[in-house]
Amino acid sequence: MAETHVIRLADVRKTYSNGDIEFQALRGVTLDINAGEYVAVIGPSGSGKSTLMNILGCLDVATSGRYEIGGEDVSQMDESQLAEIRGRRVGFVFQQFNLLASMPAWRNVELPLCYAGVGPAERKRRAIAALQDVGLGDKVNNRPGQLSGGQQQRVTIARALVTEPTLLLADEPTGNLDSSSAREILDIVDQVHRSGRTVVLITHDRDVAGRADRLIEVRDGRILEPNKAALAAAVER
Amino acid sequence: MSWTETIRTGLAAIRSHAMRSVLTIVGILIGIAAVILTVGLGLGTQKDVSESISSLGSNLLIVRPGSSTSLEGVRAGFGSLTSLTMDDAAALGSKTAAPDIAGVAPEASTAVSLENGDTNWTATVTGTTASWPEVRSRTLLQGEFFSEASAETAANVIVLGSETAQELFGTAWATGRSLTIDSVTYEVVGVLAERGSSDDTNLDDLAVVPMQTYFANISTSTASASVQTLYIQATSQDTLSAAYQEAETLLANLHGITDLDSADFSISSQDALVSTATAVYRTLTVLLVGIAAIALLVGGIGVMNIMLVSVTERTREIGLRKALGAKPGAIRRQFLVEATALGLVGGVLGVGLGITGALTLPNALGSSIVVSWPAAFGALAVAIGIGLVFGVYPATRAAKLAPVDALRDE
Repeated sequence: MAETHVIRLADVRKTYSNGDIEFQALRGVTLDINAGEYVAVIGPSGSGKSTLMNILGCLDVATSGRYEIGGEDVSQMDESQLAEIRGRRVGFVFQQFNLLASMPAWRNVELPLCYAGVGPAERKRRAIAALQDVGLGDKVNNRPGQLSGGQQQRVTIARALVTEPTLLLADEPTGNLDSSSAREILDIVDQVHRSGRTVVLITHDRDVAGRADRLIEVRDGRILEPNKAALAAAVER
Repeated sequence: MSWTETIRTGLAAIRSHAMRSVLTIVGILIGIAAVILTVGLGLGTQKDVSESISSLGSNLLIVRPGSSTSLEGVRAGFGSLTSLTMDDAAALGSKTAAPDIAGVAPEASTAVSLENGDTNWTATVTGTTASWPEVRSRTLLQGEFFSEASAETAANVIVLGSETAQELFGTAWATGRSLTIDSVTYEVVGVLAERGSSDDTNLDDLAVVPMQTYFANISTSTASASVQTLYIQATSQDTLSAAYQEAETLLANLHGITDLDSADFSISSQDALVSTATAVYRTLTVLLVGIAAIALLVGGIGVMNIMLVSVTERTREIGLRKALGAKPGAIRRQFLVEATALGLVGGVLGVGLGITGALTLPNALGSSIVVSWPAAFGALAVAIGIGLVFGVYPATRAAKLAPVDALRDE
């Protein structure tokens, strides 16, 4: 692949307007992420971190600037095209898991494949394989309610990876978990990264962020100096 | 997402809030069943009324003596009750003078006692001509009706209604037997097929003899040759008004009447009765169907309501599906399928209930309900349509939800 940048953001701005009040959530973000990188985005709440994640995941579009994912410019895409990009390029892991309670694990995992137009037999095969990859080969028929928090988050990771996306986007994946489950999940994320996938992890927890190769700190809608040394210094203080 | 997937998801969603879905379905069901039953009741009543009116005979005009204006009181005595004669009947029966009249049956009747040995039975005996069965739409169960020849010769022959025959002769074959009226012996030549009762007359308890025989032996009237009623059958439905004109003109001429307002006879048409009754019941049916349609509309609003609740409740799920690659169209289809399924299930159950009601209720109500298949299928289509139409707005709302906002929803 000639394009080594999985993600390219060029002067991305996002302004929310509510009547007369305008709020600039992102004030010109320029950022490249290479294929296979493990990036942690940190920042306090209200820093624009969530907005950045939404734009990276194509859940929202920038007010101005240019965003390319896997070489495709999504800045001008409509809702339908964005949905297609999300389905193909991005795997989401949410803090709230967002599993459908009425469906067994494998049905939850195959859901993105349904929207991608994959046939039923192929879907089931791939869903079960993805669950095996996260160590849940024996829980494929369990409903989310019958699984622990850590197991539910593993189902979410399986669901995120089943489409073999360009980018794994994890938003506070350990926010709702106890520390041992959290470690388990982060180990799986490490493993995903080692297998060559690009990972962007959003967190406010610097210990969690410490596992990444590269740190990006967001503050007031801008990116601060992105280096691990700066972070280490910040942790020291 | 394939259609089977979409349908499976929609049905799963309906199951996941079973109670609400059942209530919504009941709303549709009641509307559809009401439409089928009211249309059926309207059609059934219409059919009952036309049947009871046409039991008199078809394409019939009825001539009675007496002025048509006598009800105003002014001419109460003007038209004599003996103004119609057999000559009138013969004239109306003429093909050249009245080409649109197929047959004429004059009638004069009185109640007398019929005797078979020790058995006696009082029935209405009617004098008429050989064209009576044709004009009054009667068929024979046994034997045959008396011929024109025996009518002319005033033969002592008699045709019995099925009930009269039963009373006099029991289950035995009545044709060929004889009975006496006032010591005069009559030969039974035929028995009429059963007809049932119209509103106030028993059409199966009667006896029919040739008019001349009636005048000679049975009539108690002093005006011995007068006819009480003339039944005129037009050649077809279309010539009924022509036949009416011909009958009116001919009778006016024969009776020397120049001003039809002072005629000593009146002509009524049973078709006029039928069409009046039909119009009344049609209005009634429209009214009932209108009410049923409102019930159906309320059912439709129920579908919209449940779908809006469903969309609101599942905002997060919609957001998730969008994040996983669902296009707006896929979300819209999912909710439309869900709404349509509610309509379809309600519709099918409603048609089932309506038809069951149409088959069982007549026993309890004593009035017929006609199952109108166009109405049933129409109602079913309407039910599905209601699901679809009232589902569009909620589905579109779901499809338009921004994934970010939907995911953030608590």
